[in-house]
Amino acid sequence: MSAVPTDYSLRSSRRRLGDRIGDVALRGTTLIAALAAVALLGAIVWKVLALAWPSITHYGLSFVTGETWDPVKKVFGALPFIYGTAMSSLIALVIATPLAIAIALWLSELAPGGVRGVVGSLVEMLAAIPSVVLGLWGILVLGPFLANHLEPWLHDKLGFIPLFGEPSPTGTGLFTAGLILTIMVVPIIASICRELFLQVPDELEEGALALGATRWEMVRGVILPSTRTGIAAAIILGLGRALGEAIAVTQVIGGGTMISSNLFAPIDTLASKIAASYQGAGSGLETASLLYLAAILLVIGLLTNLAAQVIVRVFDPLKGAH
Amino acid sequence: MSAVTPPISLRASGGLRRRRLVNKLMEGVGWTSALLAVAVLFVVIVSVAVRAWPALSWDFFTKPPALFGQPGGGISSAIVGSLLIVAIATAIALPIGILIAIYLTEFAPRSVARPIQLVLDVLNGLPTIITGIFVFGVVVIDHGQSAYAAGFALSIVMLPLVARAAQETLLLVPSALREGSLALGVSRWRSVVGVILPTTFGGVLTGAILAVARAAGETAPLLFTCSIFNPAVSTDVTHALPNIPVLIFTYSEQPDQALHEQAWGAALVLMMFVLVSSLLAKALLARSRRKLGR
Repeated sequence: MSAVPTDYSLRSSRRRLGDRIGDVALRGTTLIAALAAVALLGAIVWKVLALAWPSITHYGLSFVTGETWDPVKKVFGALPFIYGTAMSSLIALVIATPLAIAIALWLSELAPGGVRGVVGSLVEMLAAIPSVVLGLWGILVLGPFLANHLEPWLHDKLGFIPLFGEPSPTGTGLFTAGLILTIMVVPIIASICRELFLQVPDELEEGALALGATRWEMVRGVILPSTRTGIAAAIILGLGRALGEAIAVTQVIGGGTMISSNLFAPIDTLASKIAASYQGAGSGLETASLLYLAAILLVIGLLTNLAAQVIVRVFDPLKGAH
Repeated sequence: MSAVTPPISLRASGGLRRRRLVNKLMEGVGWTSALLAVAVLFVVIVSVAVRAWPALSWDFFTKPPALFGQPGGGISSAIVGSLLIVAIATAIALPIGILIAIYLTEFAPRSVARPIQLVLDVLNGLPTIITGIFVFGVVVIDHGQSAYAAGFALSIVMLPLVARAAQETLLLVPSALREGSLALGVSRWRSVVGVILPTTFGGVLTGAILAVARAAGETAPLLFTCSIFNPAVSTDVTHALPNIPVLIFTYSEQPDQALHEQAWGAALVLMMFVLVSSLLAKALLARSRRKLGR
């Protein structure tokens, strides 16, 4: 296959030579740029796998289920960090999803005209706060608050559930990381859902109201069912963000390698373990194992992203990405 | 005319009262959630500003970090480093992003455009720490840390954002403009470069500013490409330069009150830069939309 569109240049054979060269050159350069983006994604996948290869060949798939990470004994396994990633993302999504949908509904249905635009912009600004700033706030403001107030209270009232065990002394731990991720995920889900809700045809909404439905019944009976797939894609995009966040999580999660049922205990996620340990990594196998973590993160990240994009494209061809 | 007796009572019955109560309750939930999001934003901004206040001074902006254990010092070297790194990233991502957008909107058949679009969306959602590791493997292992490597890593973060913004603006260009230009016998490339691209200036600028705002706060890619401590002000982009995100990250991990204060100051500077440029981009976008008649 040649990049030069021959039929195109034949049709325009009477044009001046310069224009013909210009056409081909512009088409060619833009095509190369587009192909470079595709090649870049391929190169990223290949390079990360290549860097992790020593550990991949050493451990195979058993790395994924290995429970110990011990640089002294040179035994490495990814399970604690997969657990940390799953739990912190789960905490974030469980809190963020209803909150974000409520915000989106408020913005699209309830907000008085004057404040709608302002609040919408403010919610988007929440997404623009750099993660390292949010992490700094998390470690020095939110963490101490949680350690002194919320965590002891939860432990007192709900301590019979193993999730709410001993509060952490400094406020760093899985729970704090989940809350910081919540703050990052809410604006993502909320702004996509707002767009979705605004696309629901007015006739459907007004029809429901005219039939005597209350606003909430209209939301539950018309808006939510007709935007279900879009909401699912929005949640998955939020999940992708939560899974991959490294810096803010590293700052507040405390760092640990023990799987504990206690939400307040320190642990690490895949991304935060890489960010926290990379510079101190001693042996070649430890470095390669950290990169194996990155490879796992890459695969999970690619899958969630693809899933969200496929849901959006297959079920709602009108809407591209967010 | 005799009064018609409605078949059902129009007085609020128990069921209706319950439905109205549920409705009021859910409206309350909506108001509370919106209020909560705004409150969190204000709490973060205010608590950063209050803690940063004591650190802000003329020296803070004009002096490099003090050597270990000495008081005072500022973040001038980190500001210079961050500006250089983001400038390199923009210089790479902006032209390539615009070229990709031109290909997708002007040339690509649908069957080619869709997979490329998918690739851009996937690149956009890739964890940025992976981007950092990629550049580490490609550049840093052989050539060491440098501002070049950091700029390259950030350009990967910016690329999908710039491409999408340019693409959305190109799609807004009225087709009458495109067809008019071609009907006058102007060649394809001349009409793209001379007629279509100039109308997209505002939209592309908006996208570029948003991408810069996003890249300026990215820390994970810099950790692997530009994090060796080097307090001096330097503009040598072939070496690792101090930069604001990594400075905040390393200071926040250390148990030193003075360093925390500096981190707060740097955080305020970074956050204000990001928020102000996002607002600027929004204002520009509204203006260019109006100009294109939307």
